[in-house]
Amino acid sequence: MQPSPGDVVLDAQNLHKTFRGGRGQAGRTRVSAVDGINLTLAAGESLGIVGESGCGKTTLARMLVGLDRPDTGTIMVHGRDIAHARGGDLRELRRRVQMVFQDPYTSLDPRMTVLELIGEPLVVHRLMPNAAARRDRVAELLALVGLAPELMNRYPHQFSGGQRQRIGIARALALEPEVLVCDEPVSALDVSVQAQVVNLLRDLQKRMNIAMVFIAHDLSVVRHVADRTAVMYLGRLAEVGETDTVYDQPAHPYTQALLSASPVVDRANRGRMANRIPLAGDPPSPTDPPAGCRFHTRCRLSKDLCGREQPQLLAIGGDANRVAACHFADESLADARERAEAA
Amino acid sequence: MDHSPSPALNVRGLSVTFGTRQGPVPAVVDVDLDVAPGELVALLGESGSGKSVTARAVMGLSTGNASVTAEQIRLGDTDLLALPESEHRKLRGARMSLVFQDALSALNPVLSIGDQIGELFRTHRGMSRRQARAEAVNLLGQVGIPAPTRRVNDYPHQFSGGMRQRILIAMAIALRPELIIADEPTTALDVTVQAQILELLDSLRRELNMAVLLITHDLGVVSEVADRILVMYAGRIVESGTADDLLSRPGHPYTQALLRSVPQADTRGQELYAIPGSPPSPANQPSGCPFHPRCTWAVDECKTTRPLLTLLAGGRAAACHRTEEVLDAAVTG
Ligand SMILES: Nc1ncnc2c1ncn2[C@@H]1O[C@H](COP(=O)(O)OP(=O)(O)OP(=O)(O)O)[C@@H](O)[C@H]1O
Ligand SMILES: Nc1ncnc2c1ncn2[C@@H]1O[C@H](COP(=O)(O)OP(=O)(O)O)[C@@H](O)[C@H]1O
Ligand code: SF4
Ligand SMILES: [Mg+2]
Ligand SMILES: [Mg+2]
Repeated sequence: MQPSPGDVVLDAQNLHKTFRGGRGQAGRTRVSAVDGINLTLAAGESLGIVGESGCGKTTLARMLVGLDRPDTGTIMVHGRDIAHARGGDLRELRRRVQMVFQDPYTSLDPRMTVLELIGEPLVVHRLMPNAAARRDRVAELLALVGLAPELMNRYPHQFSGGQRQRIGIARALALEPEVLVCDEPVSALDVSVQAQVVNLLRDLQKRMNIAMVFIAHDLSVVRHVADRTAVMYLGRLAEVGETDTVYDQPAHPYTQALLSASPVVDRANRGRMANRIPLAGDPPSPTDPPAGCRFHTRCRLSKDLCGREQPQLLAIGGDANRVAACHFADESLADARERAEAA
Repeated sequence: MDHSPSPALNVRGLSVTFGTRQGPVPAVVDVDLDVAPGELVALLGESGSGKSVTARAVMGLSTGNASVTAEQIRLGDTDLLALPESEHRKLRGARMSLVFQDALSALNPVLSIGDQIGELFRTHRGMSRRQARAEAVNLLGQVGIPAPTRRVNDYPHQFSGGMRQRILIAMAIALRPELIIADEPTTALDVTVQAQILELLDSLRRELNMAVLLITHDLGVVSEVADRILVMYAGRIVESGTADDLLSRPGHPYTQALLRSVPQADTRGQELYAIPGSPPSPANQPSGCPFHPRCTWAVDECKTTRPLLTLLAGGRAAACHRTEEVLDAAVTG
């Protein structure tokens, strides 16, 4: 049963994940990797997630696909909770939410042929016990991602990075998921090959009406593919909204700083980065996140309140579709609009 | 070409070939390279195109299986080709330095930052321990490490990735070299930290008149900071010129295709231009023009005859049989 556009296919609420690390100075360290994240995903939509290294993107992705369990929170898929499902139930839910990994060089088992790699999910889920039928399906999937079906007896090392990422995508599509979670799918690829994979993902998404979570640290790629964009900072969402809104009129001071520091190919705008919105100090340690707003130690608008109280994600600027977690988001947005006009 | 009369770095005909079990691998072929004092030149290329091999050859740090040949490698007035290794070693760090991509592995984990920077001043400048430490504090402040007096005794693992990269740059500029080669110094860093590092490199060449060769694969970075660009493909320079010229009006199909394949704000939601295939490995190069299997401009001649890097009007150069047409196309849109 295919979901119709607009249906919520995935609804994650109140996700928390803390890792217990090695011994720090004060006994065992704890890393609060994801701290209270809510996300909903509509059928066929693409949601971009951006944020700096260590902010919890991969941890979030692994929970969404059922590879890791959140400490608390729910992830509803078809009215059932992936976060608490077990056994056959979990397997059934996982089928609907598949992951594409960052590194096409290490995410594929080098000892397996392409046929085995792409066919494996079908075997695991006992969907196609018949080898001939499976072979046909793998051929079909290879064609879908733009690879010649004759290549199915080769091994991963015989392929380029871009081709391997296509194999990873074909494998993720084998179970006809409703949601594809892509964790930095093009970061490890050559620049001239990235566009091939971005185009492929977008094309598949549109054709198969798959909802996509697209994680990347390259802001211009996310702008290109995402209908909505979520910005993460130290385990929490700073801002979520329509991609155009977030990029053109960022409301959260962190979003503004991130966007202003990201280089764009635009020679006329040279020096844009020198006029960026600076971040104070250095990134805080995730083992000891700041109280209140986790961004307050680096924020240009920070006041006493920010160090005391955690801001909630609230609609900003009269736009119900855009939320930001900042006590002074209205002020910050007005500032961004002024800057945009001055530019 | 309107370079200053005596470039800080002047390389002619540099080639590096690796001896491997599969036979010789020509990783860098016939590369010319100039960087003037105070100039920031970007060496732009994809992974495997030969950027790091070029950098190591210039620094005299090539690995054992490398055979390096060149008509000329000069640092200011010094002929590096004629220099014995012992003399070459003395120049490294003092007159030319290399900033590596991976800061953590380039720093000594068991020495404090102050000792590592201080050692440079003690060995090259004969300073006392105390003087050297004071200089180290100074430098750390200069590259934007907060509270340098307190942090000078800390060890590398106590700093964030961005700070370690800044410490490496501090070490690279400690002895005021004429030339810095920065090999993808920001590739592993977040954009907010990257912006700080690029700003630092930019101010060094402006304020200290250093020549900077920035190695990168990122067109956004190049667009932000470069004066001139050298585009490398399969071990050769395929286009060179000012950043303004190359970015607004590329003369080589590869440069043009790269520029078209980056997502831009005004093409959002459209299909990106995708270059077919993938970059060749140096051991397995196509005949004729190395870009021809991926090139939309290719004609029969491209399969058989390799185009030479040819000087064009305006001091730019490109290695393509159809450059004039490519340039015209860029103008007419
Ligand atoms: N298995 C683990 N054990 C301990 N700490 C972990 C573990 N996995 C992740 N972390 C920590 O949790 C935080 C979030 O990590 P995560 O991998 O989700 O970040 P990310 O946003 O994907 O970063 P990147 O952009 O570098 O991929 C980091 O501080 C990380 O060190
Ligand atoms: N020691 C070596 N032996 C054999 N091949 C090498 C060696 N070092 C580099 N190469 C090859 O030379 C080519 C250029 O490498 P490199 O300069 O590191 O590329 P990049 O442009 O990514 O910095 C690559 O194909 C690489 O595999
Ligand atoms: S020489 Fe031919 S194949 Fe090479 S870039 Fe020019 S047109 Fe393309
Ligand atoms: Mg990650
Ligand atoms: Mg390199």
